[in-house]
Parts: sequence; C-alpha cells; structure tokens
Amino acid sequence: MSIDYQQYLSTTAMRLEPSGIRKFFDLAASMDDVISLGVGEPDFITPWNIREFAIEALRSGQTAYTANAGLLELRQEISNYLNRRFQVEYQPENQIIVTVGASQSLDLAFRAILNPGDEVLIIEPAFVSYAAIVTMAGGVPIRVETNADNGFKVTPDQLEEVITSKTKAILLCSPNNPTGTSLNKDELTAIAAVVEKHDLLVVSDEIYAELTYDQEFTSFASIPSMYERTILVNGFSKGFAMTGWRLGFLAAPRELISVMVKIYQYTTMCAPTMLQMGAIEALRNSSEQVEKMRQSYWRRRNFTVQSLNRIGLECHTPGGAFYVFPSIKKSGLTSEEFAQGLLQEEKVAVVPGNAFGASGEGYIRCSYAASIEQIEIAMNRIGRYMESLVRTKNTVLEEVK
Amino acid sequence: MKLTNQELNILAILDENHRVSAKSIAMQLEMTEENVNKLIKKLEEEKVIVSYPTLIDWNKIEGKETIVAMIDVKVTPQRGVGFNEIAEQIYRYPEVRSLYLMSGTYDLSVTIEGKTMQEIALFVSNKLATIENVVSTTSHFMLKKYKHDGVIIEGEEDKDRRMVVSP
Repeated sequence: MSIDYQQYLSTTAMRLEPSGIRKFFDLAASMDDVISLGVGEPDFITPWNIREFAIEALRSGQTAYTANAGLLELRQEISNYLNRRFQVEYQPENQIIVTVGASQSLDLAFRAILNPGDEVLIIEPAFVSYAAIVTMAGGVPIRVETNADNGFKVTPDQLEEVITSKTKAILLCSPNNPTGTSLNKDELTAIAAVVEKHDLLVVSDEIYAELTYDQEFTSFASIPSMYERTILVNGFSKGFAMTGWRLGFLAAPRELISVMVKIYQYTTMCAPTMLQMGAIEALRNSSEQVEKMRQSYWRRRNFTVQSLNRIGLECHTPGGAFYVFPSIKKSGLTSEEFAQGLLQEEKVAVVPGNAFGASGEGYIRCSYAASIEQIEIAMNRIGRYMESLVRTKNTVLEEVK
Repeated sequence: MKLTNQELNILAILDENHRVSAKSIAMQLEMTEENVNKLIKKLEEEKVIVSYPTLIDWNKIEGKETIVAMIDVKVTPQRGVGFNEIAEQIYRYPEVRSLYLMSGTYDLSVTIEGKTMQEIALFVSNKLATIENVVSTTSHFMLKKYKHDGVIIEGEEDKDRRMVVSP
C-alpha cells in the first residue's frame, strides 16, 4: 500500500518556497570548468592560527558541552570585540549567545519574539533565508522592495507605508547580501525614528560588518535609543573566512536573550566546543588578517564594478560585503534566462537576482570573492556574452524588417 | 622612506603577482593607468621594487633539475670594511644565488645552485673555501622546497573547495 506522505507534512514547511539559489546550484554543479561568481563565501581559507587553535583544543580533549550560551571566555571576547570595533556594550554573562551560524541566530531571534501572524518587514532584495525563517517562526514576512535608483536603500517613507498594527520587527542587513548596499549612520538614524515611533524591534544582521569599504561600519545598536530595540546578529563566517565552522552570535537586551537561551537549550544545546576555542583565537589575534582580506575585497570590488560598467551592465558601487548587483535589463532577458545562458554559453556562474525577491528581477548577483585573474576572465566572458546577445537581437530586428 | 597609500597598494598587488597589468591595477585601486605607470616607474627608480622574479620549479622539468645548497661561512672580518669586502668577493660568483650576513654561530649564509652535488662541492672547495679570511664552511643540501618567498610550492590549500553556487 502506498502512503500519502502529504497528510503527515507540516503545512508551514510545505508552503516554503524552494530557494532560488538551490535551483541554480543544481544546474551549475552539473557542469565542469565553471568560473564561479556565484559563491557567497570568502575564497580565503580560515587563517592558520585560528585553525591551529581549534586543532589544539581537540587534541587536548576539549570535547564536552559548553554552557548553552557558549564558553564564557568566548562571550567575553565577543563582548570586547563589539565594544572595540562597534562601540556597543554587552554583558558576556547574560547578553550574548554563541550560535551555530548567523542563520541560527536569526532563527532564535524570530522564534523568541514572534507570535502567529506577527509581521516582519524584510527589505528586498534580501538573503534567501529571511522570509522562510520568519515564516517558520510563525510570522508573516512583509516584503519592502528597494530599487537601484536609490542604491537599493530603504527609505523611512517606504517603511511607514507598510507598517501595520501587526508589525513586530524590521529585519535589516547592512552591508546587504545580495546588493552590497551599506547604510550609513544618517540613514540608520532615519530608520530608527520610524522604529521608535511605531514601537518596533530591529533584528540587525551585521554579518558583513568587517567588510565595509568607503565608510566606517555603524552597528544599529549604537544609534541613540536603539540599543534597547536591537537584536544584533553577527558571526565569524564572512569577516574571518570561517563559513564552514558555522559559528555565529547574538547580542541583545537581557530579557530577550534569556528567552533565546531557553529555546537554544532545547534545540541545540551549544555550539561545538573546539570550534568555539578557534573563535576565541579569531577575535584575539586575527585583526591584521581580517584587514588584509578586506583590502583584497576592496580592490576586487573596484575592478569588478568598473569592468561591468565598461561592458554596459550598469552597476552601482556597493559599500560592503563581496557582491555586486548589476542590471541586466539591457539584455532584454529575465535574470534567470540571462544567468542560464551565461552559464551554458560562457561557463560563468552568477545568481539570478530574482532568487532574492521580486525586486531582484532584472539583476544578477556576482560575488567577487574570487581571484582577480578569475574575475578578469569572467568579465571578458560576460562581455562576450553581451555582445552575442546584441548580435542576436540585431539579426532578429533585421529579419523583422 | 615614507610611501603613500596608493604606492603601498600597488606594491601589495605586485607582490602577489608581478604580471598583473597596469590597467588591472588602475581598476583595482580606482586610479588612472597613467598614474599607476608613473608610480611603478618611481618605485623602480628608487629601488623599492628591485626586480620581478619568476618562481620556477625547475625540478619539474626533465634535464633542468638543480641542486641547491646553503653554506654557512665563518670569516674573519677585515679592518675598515668589516664583512662587506669579503661579501662582495663571494656574491660576484654567478653560482651564488643569494648571500646574507647573519648573526649567531656563523657569519655569511650563501645559497648555491648547481646541476650536481659534485659541481657544488667543487665550488665550495675551489672557490669559496680558498678566499682569504674564510675560516670555515658547512654545507647543507636542500632536499625539498615546500615554500619559497612566501609561496607554497605545491599545497593542497590552493584548491577551491567551495560549491559553485552558495547563499
């Protein structure tokens, strides 16, 4: 007898849309010799001193559970780091949790604050997981679309337009994945006024904080009167080149953290101990290497933005992360058609912009976490691809005549 | 010598790969190509950029294998010129790939490259050891190069293990 598994499945889980990135990944993974600008992670390997520290922790037998919120020694280092780098003060004992990646931090944050039907504003184009994480926590993601004319920055008016009595929080990500858009202090302050007026919380995803280029990074919690309203999400993946370690952290007012710890202890217990030891070393002794990587990304960003603009794919200069989000509207193709054609004809993988929400249609995400040599080859191929599209278009026009 | 940020950035790029074009450097640093060329020329003239060596693993090429030896040399420094004169005598030999004045148990570290051990032994006994004021030599033959001038010769780490597309 065949079983109808549908009857067992959660309706919430069933309703989740598959990630647009995953769909494209399957296609790209089936091909050889692809130059990839499709990756959302550093091309650097975790600095050796950090790896060595974790190996030593394992060698010396540090294999037991830690406190739910993480090793106090690590939380102390996180507290020092947040204070030193972003001028925000959190108590290691009761205001910080070490998580299994920033994505888990987001999950914990929303599970802790959302009741069924609560609305969360998500600024799009946005990281693929945001809407799903909110949905899984029982909330309703409300998409706020930004556009290239404004550098993909959300305005207070846009927020005002969609806020209802059900709005509980705004999810901010600056610098942003996929656009690289970085909000400055004034822009954050303007958002803060709306947050305060409507008595909201802000979940601030600051995972790209170390990767900002033209201005100092401003943590949302450092904006006056926002400390009490901010759940700060950060981690080691991007700035410290530690994606596979899955280590993130949360910092927030004590009352919120205590609820998150409760959820965490029932679901995860704690982050892996030996990796937490590596993270201590990362925060203590890696600032030089982090800076070196940042410099390298800065140079590659400049190169990529200029190359794309020369090709004719209009691209704003993003202030952070390692993505550019050029318009492909000129090609007359949808972003999926463009990305598929580029992959098949020129073997360059980029991510179609619509994977990050409807406002990403007409754009592609190119990651410049690749060597300059690889980027250069990729740009030449994209240029060639554009020329071939123009040629095809002209031929079609001729035929129509 | 104090360098500007632009000059330091150019050096950082050339240090990674000296074959990168001026156009690429200009695009990476948001400068004009002309300005990049001007600064590189200045850095060359001031001997900040000394040369553009290519790191070749000759041992991979049949018939081109070489043997490298590092020789610790003890010398008696000469009045007035210290170690400089004797160093010059040594570095003039084309067989000498590098020469450093060292602190510690010996004075000069000489790197010699030759086709055979015999060739190196002959250089040491006939040329190096016979120089006046050379007190003693100790030869160490290099067995394998793992890393040279900051470059890992053949490392597993160079492989990109990332997936083609990721969030």
